[in-house]
Amino acid sequence: MLKKDLGLFLLILVVGAVVAFLNPRFLSPLNLANTANLIGLFGLFSLGEGFVIITGGIDLSVGSIFALLGVIFINLLVDYSMPWPIAVLIIVIAGILLGAIHGFLVTKVRMQPFVVTLCGLLIYRGVARWYTDDGTAGFEFGQKFPALELLTTGRSFATDTFTGIPNSFIAFVVVAAIMGVVLHRSVFGRYLFAVGKNEEAARYSGIRSNAIIAAAYVISGGLAGISAIYLAMYTRSISPASHGNFYELYAIAAAVLGGCSLRGGEGSVMGIVLGAILLQVLQNLVNLLGIPSSLNFAVMGGVILIGVIADMQLVRYRAYKANEKKRAGVPVLGAAAPGKN
Amino acid sequence: MQRLTETAAPFLELNGISKTYPGVVALDGVSLSVSRGEIVGLIGENGAGKSTLMKVLGGVVEPTAGTIRVDGRDYPALSVNDAINSGIAFVHQELNLFDNLDAAANILIGREPLYGGPLRLIDRKALHAKVQPLLDKLGVDFAPDTPVAALSLAQRQLLEIAKALSLDARLVIMDEPTSSLTLTETARLLSVLNELRRDGVSIIFISHRLNEVKTCVDRVVVLRDGRVVGSLVGQTIKPDAMIRLMIGRDLKSLYIPPKVPPGAPALEISDFRTTAFPDHPVSLTLRRGEILGLAGLVGAGRTELACAVFGVDRRLAGTLRIEGDDVTIREPRDAITRGLYLVPEDRKRCGLHLDFSLTENISLPDLMTYAVGPLVSAAAEEKNAETQRHRLNIRAYDIATEAGTLSGGNQQKIVLAKWLSMKPRIIIFDEPTRGIDVGAKSEIYQLMRNLADAGVAVLMISSDMEEVIGVSDRMAVMQEGRISGFLERDRFSEHNVLQLAVGKTLN
Repeated sequence: MLKKDLGLFLLILVVGAVVAFLNPRFLSPLNLANTANLIGLFGLFSLGEGFVIITGGIDLSVGSIFALLGVIFINLLVDYSMPWPIAVLIIVIAGILLGAIHGFLVTKVRMQPFVVTLCGLLIYRGVARWYTDDGTAGFEFGQKFPALELLTTGRSFATDTFTGIPNSFIAFVVVAAIMGVVLHRSVFGRYLFAVGKNEEAARYSGIRSNAIIAAAYVISGGLAGISAIYLAMYTRSISPASHGNFYELYAIAAAVLGGCSLRGGEGSVMGIVLGAILLQVLQNLVNLLGIPSSLNFAVMGGVILIGVIADMQLVRYRAYKANEKKRAGVPVLGAAAPGKN
Repeated sequence: MQRLTETAAPFLELNGISKTYPGVVALDGVSLSVSRGEIVGLIGENGAGKSTLMKVLGGVVEPTAGTIRVDGRDYPALSVNDAINSGIAFVHQELNLFDNLDAAANILIGREPLYGGPLRLIDRKALHAKVQPLLDKLGVDFAPDTPVAALSLAQRQLLEIAKALSLDARLVIMDEPTSSLTLTETARLLSVLNELRRDGVSIIFISHRLNEVKTCVDRVVVLRDGRVVGSLVGQTIKPDAMIRLMIGRDLKSLYIPPKVPPGAPALEISDFRTTAFPDHPVSLTLRRGEILGLAGLVGAGRTELACAVFGVDRRLAGTLRIEGDDVTIREPRDAITRGLYLVPEDRKRCGLHLDFSLTENISLPDLMTYAVGPLVSAAAEEKNAETQRHRLNIRAYDIATEAGTLSGGNQQKIVLAKWLSMKPRIIIFDEPTRGIDVGAKSEIYQLMRNLADAGVAVLMISSDMEEVIGVSDRMAVMQEGRISGFLERDRFSEHNVLQLAVGKTLN
């Protein structure tokens, strides 16, 4: 898995170097800070998506969750003048609840994850538009939440010469570190891989696979709730018809680029982080190199396609190498006899 | 018709067919001929070589020696196409039907009548018209457009036969066709066989149900250890005579006597009903320190019983007591916390994570023990994995090796290592040595005995006669979902086990 991450890291460096060479503005502090901010915003919910994908599922609903929870969040702050920490708490809990509903439908009702979250995508978007009468929800003129703004859109470590690191990026790094420990070091993380890889064998080992799978959706929902707040504070106004459109696809793309298999059981937090970074670098590339922004998705799709094909070839090559080594005389241990009948 | 005029030569002649795998002789010089319009029964214990022989006829397995003559043509080995083109058709035990399509579509799958034109649209009317006569011939009571999902098992068997006939089959091979049928359905199927015989179709009928074999076949051929050990014709076809031929090999003594006599009951199963055999309650008592063999033919409901006890499958009724306490087991975790473990039959699918390392596999059912708080301690789980690797003599480069790269025997040892790490009280082994080399087999037998001597109650499900007779202290035999008898060691014999396994009572 490390090798895979290394390959992705190198790809990011190569793409970055090419862009920097063609347009030196790529490395300007302002551009780097903006890109880091976007990496943070998109990376947060990609981590949750990755967890769901590792269970063999998928979460298509996150983009619509941003619209729904975003308008509710602004509504709570503006129309109900609620203290922002309580509003934040409500939104995160709402995200967790939506995730729990998805988890329940997937594990207990045994619906397919694609169908469950596709319905979520449609329902939440529709409700969000109805909630605001299809209008744009925004803060009132001059309304300020200094502490909340500092946490979400502010920057840290700024000096006279340095623009500072976006706090959204710092939040992403912190969450990624926690998720990395959870996925790669904790009992729950091991169970997640076990269930994603072979649910049957996991059950025979006494793992409550339903609880594990449901938990992945809850985590994805919770992170979507947090992301909804970050995105709302970033855009400061939300038109529910378009806010967060297609964002679930960024998350899926980041996870797949990062080595998560849609069949489940494979993936790493480092991979998802690198995947999220690469996607934003590509976005930036389109802007900086003067490529028509309408080609944005085409560039992203092309890079993912090539990346996944290259990765498959690499895996095949490695398997071939390993086979050769075996044939070259590494002793085969305890050859199995074929089963009778 | 030509077919009726050249009845003299047999349709199928196998001559000295052998098939060896490294270390195993599956078939050893089998000769068998089947005449036109003849029904030949093929019987033998689990592992006698029936399946391999059928695979040779189906073109799936290439024999190492011998010749095959079908309808006057000689083949060194059949290919799948040879088999189909020469009119050999199979009706499999597990039916190969698409239950999302209707009956007619299944029969002519891949050979659908088309309207002309580039779109290759299926002519449904012609399809149904073509199938109707076949169904009429078999006297079935469903229409060509009935979805397969709506058919009963017996109807599906008949549909398979119709499919065979549509291929102009001249030899139909049926593998346990009646195992899931009711009595009236069976009677119907047997009468269809008679009609086929009248049309000159040859049939090879494989069954464990000796009474059915007796009523419907012209001749019985008995296989044992890959060899034809005899055949019976006409009046001599009797269950007793068939059993006598099926057994009678020398069994190597595998028995390791226990050091301590069995103790108090560890597991008491009362009136258990599984979804596979809802009408047959099973009761069974397993004592501490004994190895109880659970014998029977494949499909007798033993695995289903084990899965229901362990909580993988739902049980319909019944109670469990573990060491005297009533317990409710709803899921495997409930069984595991009480020290009741299962080594499953399908080790690749249920027993292991093939691309997990030894360490990750071994610690999986007991991960909390190797954790500090919520985090797994790599040092703790690796230490245990290393201990188990040495204790069980698992031949792998190191404990980071992926389980899937190891041989069957070593994989099975990993499954055992999972449970041995966590103090078993009761272990159910389901076919513990299937597909395992001889050396690993005897290691596993020794291990089972050591467990029993340490006071663990061992239930061993095995379809291997040598194993179940050689290893068990006591035996229960299952037949079609019920326990047909218990045997103490002094009454262990292939004859007695087989009698009970085919549902006859011992005298």
